[in-house]
Amino acid sequence: MISLYGSEIGSRLLLGTARYPSPAVLEQSVRRSGTEIVTVSLRRETAGGKAGGAFFEMIKSLGVRVLPNTAGCHSASEAVLTARMARELFDTDWIKLEVIGHHDTLQPDVFALVEAARILCADGFKVFPYTTDDLVVAERLLEAGCQVLMPWCAPIGSAIGPVNIMALKAMRAHFPDVPLIVDAGIGRPSHAAMVMELGYDAVLLNTAVAGAGDPAAMAEAFAKAIDAGRGAWLAGLLEPRDLAVPSTPVIGKAVFS
Amino acid sequence: MRILVKGAGVAGLAVAHELASSGFAVEVADVAPSIEAGASWLAGGMLAPWCERESADERVLTAGRTATGWWDAALPGEVIRNGTLVVAPPRDTGELARFAARTSGHEWLDEDGIAALEPALAGRFRKGLFFRDEAHLDPRRALNALQRSLQAKGVRFRFGTDQAGSDSDRVVDCIGAAGIGRIKGLRGVRGEMLYLETAELALSRPVRLLHPRHSIYVVPRVGGRFMVGATMIESEVGGDPSARSIMELLNAAYTLHPAFGEARVIEVGAGIRPAFPDNFPRVLRAGNVLHVNGLYRHGFLLAPAMAQEVARMVAASDVKQSMTGVMP
Repeated sequence: MISLYGSEIGSRLLLGTARYPSPAVLEQSVRRSGTEIVTVSLRRETAGGKAGGAFFEMIKSLGVRVLPNTAGCHSASEAVLTARMARELFDTDWIKLEVIGHHDTLQPDVFALVEAARILCADGFKVFPYTTDDLVVAERLLEAGCQVLMPWCAPIGSAIGPVNIMALKAMRAHFPDVPLIVDAGIGRPSHAAMVMELGYDAVLLNTAVAGAGDPAAMAEAFAKAIDAGRGAWLAGLLEPRDLAVPSTPVIGKAVFS
Repeated sequence: MRILVKGAGVAGLAVAHELASSGFAVEVADVAPSIEAGASWLAGGMLAPWCERESADERVLTAGRTATGWWDAALPGEVIRNGTLVVAPPRDTGELARFAARTSGHEWLDEDGIAALEPALAGRFRKGLFFRDEAHLDPRRALNALQRSLQAKGVRFRFGTDQAGSDSDRVVDCIGAAGIGRIKGLRGVRGEMLYLETAELALSRPVRLLHPRHSIYVVPRVGGRFMVGATMIESEVGGDPSARSIMELLNAAYTLHPAFGEARVIEVGAGIRPAFPDNFPRVLRAGNVLHVNGLYRHGFLLAPAMAQEVARMVAASDVKQSMTGVMP
């Protein structure tokens, strides 16, 4: 179980709902992933402030918790406004806060992110900030009132996988008690297993599942990888050595070097 | 048997064509003032089941591969069999490999191959995919031509009402997005498009530009016009296109060829595509009414197969009735 703002969540896989071939495939993917939290983009789907009726109803009917996001927002004020709309629409104070700062990499604008996080936390929101792996920004977000951090491991949708293991390790080491969820850049189940082995609490996926040849089957593959990575972290991994170590003790050899 | 077809979009007209060709007395009624009002008027008109297979399921390819022949037979001379060209900007060529892995019926082109097909794009793209067996048509010309051909067959059209002028034994309901909220599972997927006009470049076939975020297509029309489409937004909200969507479409067109930067924007539009949860259309029976709906982004591609299905169902029930003598 993972505790997010006081809610106990069983699955360590969070799933985005964009870009699936159809809502039917999305629904199958949610089922087979075992996820208990799905993210929904509000901004692109609202077309003038009104909800994308049938699609949102379908999301609500999945029976999982909805984590609305502010994807597509490029300023703090835009993100705050979108968060407030999401609260009305989905009747939740959870918000995944995204403020995009760079067009090409979709890197978060960490300055606007911290500003928006302060406003939203003060307003009673439970903020899940999409951030970089920068420790100082992470500290600022925690000061602002965030109780969960969602660092990227590579640019959104890139499927590159963890590009800076050292930074991810440092983040885990510096914030041992803060739930850390890798939010972006995962492409394969092995990437997800890798960050879980580093002690991350959960993984958020979208493109890696939605863009797969068989999204529902890929969702299940990811769920298994995340379980495996988590299990490995709990079991305690061997650190690499420079010297071969025989798994069977060698007796009767005189050489010791 | 007299049949009323409700809805004068591509589904309604294709159904009317199949039924009239089978010898039924057909009437078409649409609450809109003309055939220009519906989503079909804003369509791309690509008969591209192999490309669509990238995100659509196998049924779209199976049901869609007969569409080109159907349109050619129904409207001789309207179908242009020049295939589809798929390209990507140099930094996104990974998207081409991904697209190729998800589809069949294509061949890889190099720079020279692209230039041979589309001289206007010479030197602009290193690699491309050519879907030789695909085709396209101009939806507006096709809808008008189909209406004229139906009228010549004695099919009557009534606009501004969905009621028949005379008694009908059967209704085939093809009202598209107007059925959202009335037909279980039907939802809307908003699409925005625009028309550009320029004499500076010419294309012979639809060109799809792949991009990780905004994939668009440009379909050439006669008279230096180009249809640029289309966004896919989960929403039933109609109304004018958003500035962001138009920017994305224009940016993509400009990336395809800078001459589009000097083109005139002669039209922007938005429509609601009706879709079922699996994005595949259905023929549903409800008492005396057959519903054809959920054609999603495959109106011109899948309307023929749906219309043939309706004609089979109507003919079967007609035979059954005359054998048992039971009237509906």
